[in-house]
Amino acid sequence: MDMPIAAIVALAAGTLAFRLAGPLLRDRVRLAPRLEALLATAALVLLFALVVTSSFGGFAKPAGVVVAGVLAIRRAPFPVIVIAAAATTALLRFIGVP
Amino acid sequence: MSVVFILMAMRSISRTALRDIALVCVADAIVGASFGAIAVSGGFDPWVPVVMSLIVFAGGAQFAAIGIVMAGGGIIAAVATGLVLNARLLPFGFAVADVVKGRLAGVHLITDETVAFALKGRDARERHDYFWTSGLALFAAWNASVVVGALAGSVIGDTDALGLDAAFPAVLVALIMPALADRGARIPVLTGGAIALAASTLFPAGVPVLLSLLGLLARPKET
Repeated sequence: MDMPIAAIVALAAGTLAFRLAGPLLRDRVRLAPRLEALLATAALVLLFALVVTSSFGGFAKPAGVVVAGVLAIRRAPFPVIVIAAAATTALLRFIGVP
Repeated sequence: MSVVFILMAMRSISRTALRDIALVCVADAIVGASFGAIAVSGGFDPWVPVVMSLIVFAGGAQFAAIGIVMAGGGIIAAVATGLVLNARLLPFGFAVADVVKGRLAGVHLITDETVAFALKGRDARERHDYFWTSGLALFAAWNASVVVGALAGSVIGDTDALGLDAAFPAVLVALIMPALADRGARIPVLTGGAIALAASTLFPAGVPVLLSLLGLLARPKET
């Protein structure tokens, strides 16, 4: 299996550029408070979209994530939320749910 | 060097926050070990997952790139997909720019988890401490575990059986849920999630997440 170092460096360089743009530009321009609030909301929107898209596949995984969501709304402690999600998915798979 | 940074960053961090960060490190370490193992058992030399983790440091893009090459999709498709997946780091960079403060090390630590931790902070100091502590701890845990996985190779079993693939979205849900108590955030977030869900039936990985930003148009007007 071949993965040239150049390909890994290209992926790393592009990724660094995405990461660098915000901190670089923000140091130079002063943003209005409203725009700052918009950027924080944008990050939340992206993180939730990541939750939705990475929960795909079968029934066991989305079920585990739904359990996490319910526990989070009920303000369960963080470890309880994460472990309950993994345990739900693992249990469902153990009894043969895809 | 980084130990000094961690100690400096921990000045005002609570025991609960440290426990949360430790748990995310454990979850990510298991995923990191499986990344190293999958890459090596798929035929890559051990240095490939190890170097990739150090200089890319973005789990989703790493899995996608390796997976596409293993499936015979080619190097260019692998890099392109990884970059589309990582395009979300651009708006993330703006959201945490104040805590990164232009330090290159901090820029490299911008990931889903560290941004979510930073957004949880109630003031500038807490945001700074959450970001740097979680970032340095996750960087250490992720890269160490990838090395272990790459060396252990196919010895590591099927982590899906442990439900660990549900742990990553669960971590993010737990981290962002408190912020959703605010209606101004909740409406665009839920709209964006619906858009991503619909878009994922049409577009390849990465694109639906970016399209979710359209949910920002649904923000309630400020009065």
